[in-house]
Amino acid sequence: MTQLAEETPTQEKKTLGFWIYLMTDCVLFAALFATFAVLRGSTFGGPSGHDIFDLQFVLIETMILLTSSFTAGLAILGAGRGFKKQTLFWLVITFLLGAAFLTLELSEFSKLAAEGNGWTHSAFLSSYFTLVGTHGLHIAIGLLWLFVMIFRLWRFKFKKTDINRLALFGLFWHFLDVIWIFIFSIVYLIGGMA
Amino acid sequence: MFNNIQQLIFGRLTASDFVHDPIMAGAGFAMIGALVLAIIGLTYFKKWKWLWRTWITSLDPKKIGVMYILVSVVMLLRGLADALLLRTQQATDVSGGLLTSDHFQQIFSAHGSIMIFFVAMGIIFGIFNLIIPTQIGARDVAFPFLNSVSFWLFAAGMILINAPLIVGEFSAAGWLAYPPLSELQFSPGVGVDYWIWSLQIAGIGSLLSGINFFVTIIKMRAPGMKMMMMPIFVWSALASLVLVMFAFPILTATLGMLSLDRLLGMHFFTATAGGNPMLYINLIWAWGHPEVYILVLPAFGIFSEVVATFSGKKLFGYKSMVVALAAITFLSFTVWLHHFFTMGAGADVNTFFGIMTMIIAIPTGVKVFNWIFTMYRGRVRFTTPMLWFMGFIVTFTLGGLTGVLMSVPAADFQFHNSLFLVAHFHTMIVGGVLFGAFAGFAYWFPKFTGYTLNEKLGKYAFWFWIVGFLLAFGPLYILGFMGATRRLDHYDPSLGWQGLFVVAGVGVLIICVGVFFQILQLIYSIIHRNKNRVGSDPWNGRTLEWSISSPPKEYNFAVIPTVTTRDAFWESKKSNHAHTEVPKYEDIWVPKNSGAGVIVGAFALAFGIAVIWHIWWLLIVGLVGVIVTLIIRLTNDDTEEKITAAQLAHHEGVKAV
Repeated sequence: MTQLAEETPTQEKKTLGFWIYLMTDCVLFAALFATFAVLRGSTFGGPSGHDIFDLQFVLIETMILLTSSFTAGLAILGAGRGFKKQTLFWLVITFLLGAAFLTLELSEFSKLAAEGNGWTHSAFLSSYFTLVGTHGLHIAIGLLWLFVMIFRLWRFKFKKTDINRLALFGLFWHFLDVIWIFIFSIVYLIGGMA
Repeated sequence: MFNNIQQLIFGRLTASDFVHDPIMAGAGFAMIGALVLAIIGLTYFKKWKWLWRTWITSLDPKKIGVMYILVSVVMLLRGLADALLLRTQQATDVSGGLLTSDHFQQIFSAHGSIMIFFVAMGIIFGIFNLIIPTQIGARDVAFPFLNSVSFWLFAAGMILINAPLIVGEFSAAGWLAYPPLSELQFSPGVGVDYWIWSLQIAGIGSLLSGINFFVTIIKMRAPGMKMMMMPIFVWSALASLVLVMFAFPILTATLGMLSLDRLLGMHFFTATAGGNPMLYINLIWAWGHPEVYILVLPAFGIFSEVVATFSGKKLFGYKSMVVALAAITFLSFTVWLHHFFTMGAGADVNTFFGIMTMIIAIPTGVKVFNWIFTMYRGRVRFTTPMLWFMGFIVTFTLGGLTGVLMSVPAADFQFHNSLFLVAHFHTMIVGGVLFGAFAGFAYWFPKFTGYTLNEKLGKYAFWFWIVGFLLAFGPLYILGFMGATRRLDHYDPSLGWQGLFVVAGVGVLIICVGVFFQILQLIYSIIHRNKNRVGSDPWNGRTLEWSISSPPKEYNFAVIPTVTTRDAFWESKKSNHAHTEVPKYEDIWVPKNSGAGVIVGAFALAFGIAVIWHIWWLLIVGLVGVIVTLIIRLTNDDTEEKITAAQLAHHEGVKAV
């Protein structure tokens, strides 16, 4: 039982704290992007980005992820108005889209590994797998978070704290979109140039 | 078959990993012995419940702060023992020495890692926990549970870095584990993995703490306390926390990549397959240089509080202090390359980083002058904290000047990797961070215990420390000029270095006497505490923490003060109408205890052990454990309990009697 008057400042603190966490995550990704930029040419006789990236495939991944951000937004709008069914529906859609994205990414990874272009092959491939994989790991954590929230919404009453958590999840999910845009441009577009 | 099962259960851990040479085994047995004694003591005096309820599960930042400092003090003794071994080896090498090369390398790697991560960082975060909320007029930190998680991750990292004394070996690759030496090819054992995961787990704790205290300072200041009214220590903490937030993610990423190289056969920093070891060195110093300032800025803050209080004057040049802090914060990200001028970045790049390094001396110089001007025409009281401050001014100026010498790239080609460098950074970190911590300890000790430390023993400790310090590090400057490189376990007698190494060794022994007096001071002061009881404001302090009871109540402030000026408490003492009105109490909420923090720490420890020893089932247990514990805790909305206005009045009434 939290005192009602105390809730607003608590939420403000949480939002600020979460924003700052996202910025530190940004720095972590920045280090990985810098590493990718340095090691992009270190293919050690193996394939370069141009040889292995399938841009159409990546475009499909991108569209799925961007759509999931949109549906997450719809869920949060619904939650703000107290529409429980609508919220649940869009959260489930978001979850499915996120899971589809992750599946596609993993299938791309396993295809590369099967073709003999695994992460042990060259510094370039190590940095590629690590950067894209770290994003994928974040997506997986996001899905877990989403799963817990869907479960709670389905089982329990809608509480103010749930809506607040949903808003933080929205921040996280949109942030991963932004990171993906950078991955799409820097890794796949620039990194895929001949 | 048997081998397969053994590998499945124990990974690469075998019975022979428990066998150590006599020195390490002795340290290991001493550790286990102390632990067993503690367990017996706790059981005999039936104190387990007390330990669990009042300390382990506590979310009170004052309790967590004390635990941080306790761990750091124990680690300081461990690091000091390492230093003694290193000095003994170098002083006696000509006549045979005492350590094998491999053991020597493990010791200097452990000494550096422990002193930075588990002594300096621990002390800094301990002081943040104790002082930030009380100085800004807050009852708690922004995220009390996160604070507990941070501490227990720190504790898990501490256990991991000490475990090699009992099982396995520690890294022999130096405190920053430069590749390719730290790669699997050249360090196939568990040593580097111990290093990586102890730092990784503690580092994530530090990052979370950084976010926590930043939000605390931004959002939880007492009403009316504008940014430019914050006590200068809080400003220095804020600057340090900004650095934590920008620097620690780089460490996390870098350690992660090194670990991927070692675990999954990747090629980030290997010497083959296109890996780039220099990339590691850039990344690790992009964290490492700001790290130095993360440690020393709060020490600056402590000294600023100490010098103002004991000079009976307001701090000279508050605004310029703030500007200097901000400038150092920014500049500390523009100088990392000065750690490897010799790696061939070229004259232009070296010149840029050389000049930036020289520029950073300017805001630091401003601060030194401000401190001296604060004393000028003040009524200075030469208490122990003030002695540490004066010692700091001398050593820090010395160290700063040698730093500027090394910032000249051409000259650095001579100093690089020499004992001159070792002497320089010890002058800064011992003379800056550690002296700052000691000053802060003596200064704030009565606030959190209700009695002062014995002044006489404190002064003995100071004089042994400063003399020992100069003797221990002075000769290293000279040896550096003579060509002695760092991390030498063996040198030719004809070089004539032994005399200076012996002097340095004697210096460390004198420091040990100083440490002995510090421990004696603590014990003596606790035993004779009733003679030294003091009220809430023993030093005639200036900031809000001195306005509340010593030790403070769980909620710090029964009524949150309203602030209108800098040095809020000092000003309210000057205008006498402060305590005339009857305080109006309201219900307040404090966090309930939670065991989830220590459970997360325990699972993180299990994860660390698993990944070091390749015990894959334990790795899954650790990971799932952390996730499940966090989900259970974070979906719980019932985390606070109420102290009613009536109870509050009762508590405060008891105090007044």
